[in-house]
Amino acid sequence: MLDQAEAYLTADGRQIGPVVMEMKNITLRFGGVEAIKDISFDIREGEIRAIIGPNGAGKSSMLNVISGFYVPQEGEVFYKGEPRAHMKPYEVARQGIARTFQNIALFEGMSVLDNVMTGRLIHMKANLFSQALWRGKAEHEEIANREVAEKIIDFLEIQAIRKTSVSRLPYGLKKRVELARALVAEPSLLLLDEPMAGMNVEEKEDMSRFILDVNDEFGTTIALIEHDMGVVMDLSDRVVVMDYGKKIGDGTPDEVRNNQDVIDAYLGVSHD
Amino acid sequence: MPEQVVFGMEVFLNGLMAGVLYALVALGFVLIYKASGIFNYAQGVMALFSAMTLVGVMNGQVPFSHLINAIFGTEIHHFGWHLPALAGILLTMGIMVILAWLVQKVIFKHLVNQAPIILFMATIGLAYFMEGFGDLMWGGEIKKLDVGIPQGINLWIDETTFNIFDYGFFIDNLDIFATVVAIFLVFALVAFAQYTKQGRAMRAVADDHQAALSVGVSLNFIWVMVWSLAGFVALIAGIMWGTKSGVQFSLSLIALKALPVLMLGGFTSIPGAIVGGLIIGVGEKMFEFLVGPLIGGATENWFAYVLALLFLVFRPQGLFGEKIIERV
Repeated sequence: MLDQAEAYLTADGRQIGPVVMEMKNITLRFGGVEAIKDISFDIREGEIRAIIGPNGAGKSSMLNVISGFYVPQEGEVFYKGEPRAHMKPYEVARQGIARTFQNIALFEGMSVLDNVMTGRLIHMKANLFSQALWRGKAEHEEIANREVAEKIIDFLEIQAIRKTSVSRLPYGLKKRVELARALVAEPSLLLLDEPMAGMNVEEKEDMSRFILDVNDEFGTTIALIEHDMGVVMDLSDRVVVMDYGKKIGDGTPDEVRNNQDVIDAYLGVSHD
Repeated sequence: MPEQVVFGMEVFLNGLMAGVLYALVALGFVLIYKASGIFNYAQGVMALFSAMTLVGVMNGQVPFSHLINAIFGTEIHHFGWHLPALAGILLTMGIMVILAWLVQKVIFKHLVNQAPIILFMATIGLAYFMEGFGDLMWGGEIKKLDVGIPQGINLWIDETTFNIFDYGFFIDNLDIFATVVAIFLVFALVAFAQYTKQGRAMRAVADDHQAALSVGVSLNFIWVMVWSLAGFVALIAGIMWGTKSGVQFSLSLIALKALPVLMLGGFTSIPGAIVGGLIIGVGEKMFEFLVGPLIGGATENWFAYVLALLFLVFRPQGLFGEKIIERV
């Protein structure tokens, strides 16, 4: 396990800061089913934190707890040192937590650019009338927001499809647009729900590169869910492993790889 | 110029004006459909309700006075004041916002993610409820609405056309006023939907609830806002139609006239509602004028619906609606 020092440098020279988000003894039930059982872990500033586990382990439930879609029955969520009250998902988003979805949730009727611009909604402050007339504060704001959006679009190499309707894009590009929309909000914590699900090898490599670049370039804290072990081990600084709603491992990829419980969960263990 | 052609021009102009009034009602439908996928059957009743409220508020009528008097044996009817039109309109708008909030809070908040048919049935219930509630609140008699909109023949147009064609056009001032208001309204709504934060959020909610939440949009707020906007459009339509033909039950039936407009314009397009309205307005007047005499007249009652039927067969998404593509 890592020590609890306030900040440290990774092997490749990235700065890892203090704890941004801490989950304390989280238990989540759906009726009689315990999806998450008494799980605690933390996410540090600037790191790439992965939550992995076989199907049905409760990974997505965990992500939904972090993003406010689910409210746990027990336990507490600390965000930036403060216990987080029960918040609605849109309030969580306004606090600087952006996310993507396992089965892509984009605005299909809008162009790529419009989709990305919705990520800036929480940064728009000008009043209704100046916005409708596009005068004064609204004009500056729109230009500033557009600049951020274009920067991210460049960064994720989707310039060529800026004006294309999202509904016409292939799967891999949609995933990238969704990432752009989340990034453009300049989140202090970015949640990725199976960013590589359903992708071919080439797309997976692209996506891995983008995730690393985002973290490197903008210093964005990233928490991601994956069940592809290989990808996760290459990407992340620390990994939480879940199985049947319980935490069975937590640590660096190497530590996790050698954890007997994790090996059992992934490869199966005979019960005779 | 031959007399028939000149007369035809007048019919054409009047058709345009009538079309604008249809479009005003259709706009309310489009707004709600765009943002929540609900086909709001109650839009016509909302126009009626808002017009009734406006009359009641302006005349200082005591709401529910019949009910109160019946229960307590009192004889109160009026507060004894008369509000100026602008104050009355603002107050009525306030009431429409409260209504929007209640509709969201009491009904649609509990029906999120239900099938469209269920939402549609809920709006039918809402329509009948509001109809009765409005009657109970303000009384069921036909009321006169006067907010100071000019009415009657426009003399300038009459004179000018008389000088040119030797035949004076009859164009109602109210229709001209309604046209100006409608044009302004459309520009305002398009600017709102395209350029403002709230408009963008509205389109986002229409597309995907989950994604909208993830970028920090409150679904509840947007829905209350949209129902308020629809209430505002209903109020405008209620004022125009109420001034034209009195505030009475038949006002709620104009919603039926808006249906073919929506079929033509597309359920999701604000400009489509206007163009659809104009086509229906002009179409039914010109059809009556040109073809009517040949087949015995009274075509105005069905022309719009037949046109809508043709559109359903050949272009179901309407002129401006989003094309429905299902990937297999």
